[in-house]
Amino acid sequence: MVLSASDKTNVKGVFSKIGGHADEYGAETLERMFATYPQTKTYFPHFDLSHGSAQIKAHGKKVAAALVEAANHIDDIAGALSKLSDLHAQKLRVDPVNFKLLGHCFLVVMAIHHPSVLTPEVHASLDKFLCAVGNVLTAKYR
Amino acid sequence: MVHWTAEEKQLITSVWGKVNVEECGAEALARLLIVYPWTQRFFSSFGNLSSPTAIIGNPKVRAHGRKVLTSFGEAVKNLDNIKTTFSKLSELHCEKLHVDPENFRLLGDILIIVLASHFARDFTPACQFAWQKLVGVVAHALARKYH
Repeated sequence: MVLSASDKTNVKGVFSKIGGHADEYGAETLERMFATYPQTKTYFPHFDLSHGSAQIKAHGKKVAAALVEAANHIDDIAGALSKLSDLHAQKLRVDPVNFKLLGHCFLVVMAIHHPSVLTPEVHASLDKFLCAVGNVLTAKYR
Repeated sequence: MVHWTAEEKQLITSVWGKVNVEECGAEALARLLIVYPWTQRFFSSFGNLSSPTAIIGNPKVRAHGRKVLTSFGEAVKNLDNIKTTFSKLSELHCEKLHVDPENFRLLGDILIIVLASHFARDFTPACQFAWQKLVGVVAHALARKYH
């Protein structure tokens, strides 16, 4: 699966429209993921996962920052997220299936806040991008 | 049998009551074919699927999308009996249509995104949970008679 030139343009376009809301969307993505897929909470036994939790906000900000970083370096996502990839492989070891769940919830958040941005073509590009990010983060697992 | 809380049932039926089945069905199927282009393999008789524009405007896609979502509505009307409701359809998808059940999951997720874009903030996390459960149950029911 390869990101075409128009995929890259579409993804960069999405992130420029998101602007300063990235942190907020990151937190909402996590909240929806925990609500929709309770098994994902098993990776956060040390967190307060209640609505509006400061820890979810902080973690959402980190997740959003990583996605923004990947979008800003879309020609070399593996390079941009190399350290995060190491972290997930060596320490976090989140099962690969969960990246799809997070990606899906991010798409839901986009659909809610920017339905007109999420045209079918942009939806396709963003879905591919999120898959690519998940692949990079799990690339060093074995 | 699936257990639904009263709240889950309410969230499902209240959303469904506001859904334009023709529009949502057409949009969901079109997005499936655009976002996961390999799903076009089942629709070689549908004519022009060569671009997102072609897919969105394709009358067979619209008609079939409406048919699929109308059928989905049977699940909403029979929440306590989804397995039986889709028993024959499951056999059909296996024996005649030869559809990999993974496609039911893909369509279910696409439907969630379409609902989210239409209902915005009203599509709360609790709402998403109930609907993800529903699409999962429907996908499971449709796969149940496979052999």
